[in-house]
Amino acid sequence: MSNISPVPQATPRKPWSATPRDRLNTGLVLASAILLSFAVVAVTPLKGKLAYFAIFFLAYLTLEFIVSFVKAGRPAAVDSLFKGLVTMAIAAAVTPIVSILVTVWIRGHKGLHLSLFTTDMRSNSFTDPVSQGGIVHAIVGTFLLVIFAMVISVPIGILTAIYLTEIRGRFTRPIEFLVQAMSGVPSIVAGLFIYAAILVPLTKTVNGIQGSLALAILMIPTVARTSQEVLKLIPGDLREAGLALGGTQWRSVAIVVVPAARSGLITAMILGVARVAGETAPILLLTGGSGAKNYNMFSGSMGSLPNYVWQSFSAGTPEAITRAWAGILVLLVIVIALFATARTLGNRKVGAN
Amino acid sequence: MSNVEPEKNEGEKMETTSRSNSLADIAALHAEKKPGSQALGVGLEARGIHAWFGQKHVLADVSLDFWSGTVTALIGPSGCGKSTFLRTLNRMHEFIPGAAMAGEVLLNGEDIYAHGVDVTKIRLKVGMVFQKPNPFPSMTIAENVLAGLKLAQLKTENKDDLLEECLERAGLWSEVKDRLNTHGGALSGGQQQRLCIARALAVRPQVLLMDEPCSALDPGSTLRIEETIGQLSSSVTIIIVTHNMQQAARVSDYTAFFLSDGGPGQMVEVGSTNEIFSRPKDQRTENYVTGRFG
Repeated sequence: MSNISPVPQATPRKPWSATPRDRLNTGLVLASAILLSFAVVAVTPLKGKLAYFAIFFLAYLTLEFIVSFVKAGRPAAVDSLFKGLVTMAIAAAVTPIVSILVTVWIRGHKGLHLSLFTTDMRSNSFTDPVSQGGIVHAIVGTFLLVIFAMVISVPIGILTAIYLTEIRGRFTRPIEFLVQAMSGVPSIVAGLFIYAAILVPLTKTVNGIQGSLALAILMIPTVARTSQEVLKLIPGDLREAGLALGGTQWRSVAIVVVPAARSGLITAMILGVARVAGETAPILLLTGGSGAKNYNMFSGSMGSLPNYVWQSFSAGTPEAITRAWAGILVLLVIVIALFATARTLGNRKVGAN
Repeated sequence: MSNVEPEKNEGEKMETTSRSNSLADIAALHAEKKPGSQALGVGLEARGIHAWFGQKHVLADVSLDFWSGTVTALIGPSGCGKSTFLRTLNRMHEFIPGAAMAGEVLLNGEDIYAHGVDVTKIRLKVGMVFQKPNPFPSMTIAENVLAGLKLAQLKTENKDDLLEECLERAGLWSEVKDRLNTHGGALSGGQQQRLCIARALAVRPQVLLMDEPCSALDPGSTLRIEETIGQLSSSVTIIIVTHNMQQAARVSDYTAFFLSDGGPGQMVEVGSTNEIFSRPKDQRTENYVTGRFG
């Protein structure tokens, strides 16, 4: 390439970006909207954070509309109004989430200390000073419950998705409907079902596996629906290519379709886990809440993070409440880590390893 | 394996003949390949094929013989049923919901639609290359080529030999021999399509169906695929659907022209490629091949 001719030089510019004057305009509109909201709150009987927000948004939308109208006419003004409404919707959606995260961090980090992750609550009560006792038993319990739930629900969920996308038999529509309906089942219903079907007639006591069964009921729809979406993304001519090479449908699905969807199926699995990791109602009903570590899923009461949080709040003293927030913080970090893993895996290109 | 070599030589000879563009040469080639004149038999016969999608009759009464070791091009405007016809030849038609068909397809004299026929065995003998290159994304180049063995649970004595042979026949060996264990997705579109051809060859099909194999490729890659078709034609019967009439003229020995007048598609005319392009019997064929419509 070097022997063609010297490359002509030029400076990259962005002629479409905002000029200083545009920025000044935007700044003025923002500032006036803020000033107006303070003024209105001061003068009228409207009070509280919500009033500031509401008046700010209304003032901002109106001012921005007027400025755009004067500057560029009606279509530009409508465009800016729409932009403002969308921004408002995002703020409304994100505020509570950020608020929850911040609150959990502020209240929970005081309860974090190293021994929290090395000791359990066998010889401590919830009202003891925060530095005593820990949540190892709860973390172990939550992991065991979730892993067993995963072992039960992931094969069922993925096979259901394969039925819905690959086999497409006569029952596709009713099953699709059932799976969708099941994803709306309240968790307490799953808990009560296991309670009535297993705990009362058979075991007559709490244990870990009952909790996992209830969680599995809640996980199956998430895994099945996400897997179905992932399998739908696999192009049809890959399936046809598998069949055209003399494969049976089963071998074509197993050798071509599922491996091509692998990273997406892992995402489905993790989303299912994240869905149930914080479930509380069925756990309270079915697994008990031992303060000691219990590695046996089939016998004995088993602690878990949601249960730890619930018991701490019930104890009610300031120490216990701090414990509860710390438990929530740990649980939240686990769930966020799982979602982040799912996203990273899901963003990978189909087929990449 | 031992009888592959002489066939290959013969293939190269024919290929050199078809490289030259003079019509006389092509005519001479057809004289050689006249059905029944030599060892060439009828490998695949379609008898009175009709096809439907739901209530829509899309293909009516197509009867066509494909002689072993020849290339047949199916041409015609979009929606004339040529791809549907192609897909009835290896029973891929039935995967489309609501599909129906009538007629017989004889492979080595036996109807592939007869009751009790193992359809996976049919598809081993009648392979297929698709419009868009579709290497399996989860597999390496080598795994892609050998995927058919895994899918159909076939055994082979020496996988490395088969791998090299198939890639060589598809004209891809020299380009990929140093990166057989990398993923097929990194190849160019044309290389991917030749990888798909190698994959189809690995189960040793008797017939290879190609559904517009070059429509997603640039002219350079198209030329390479056409060369590959020329080299393969001595050992495999090839049936190719194409919208590119120059391509039909370049690669095929026989050409069939399909047309739909709003109703089901029908075969208007079939003949040696030379005849179809220089002196077609039907006015509609002439209009089409001279570019006056379609």
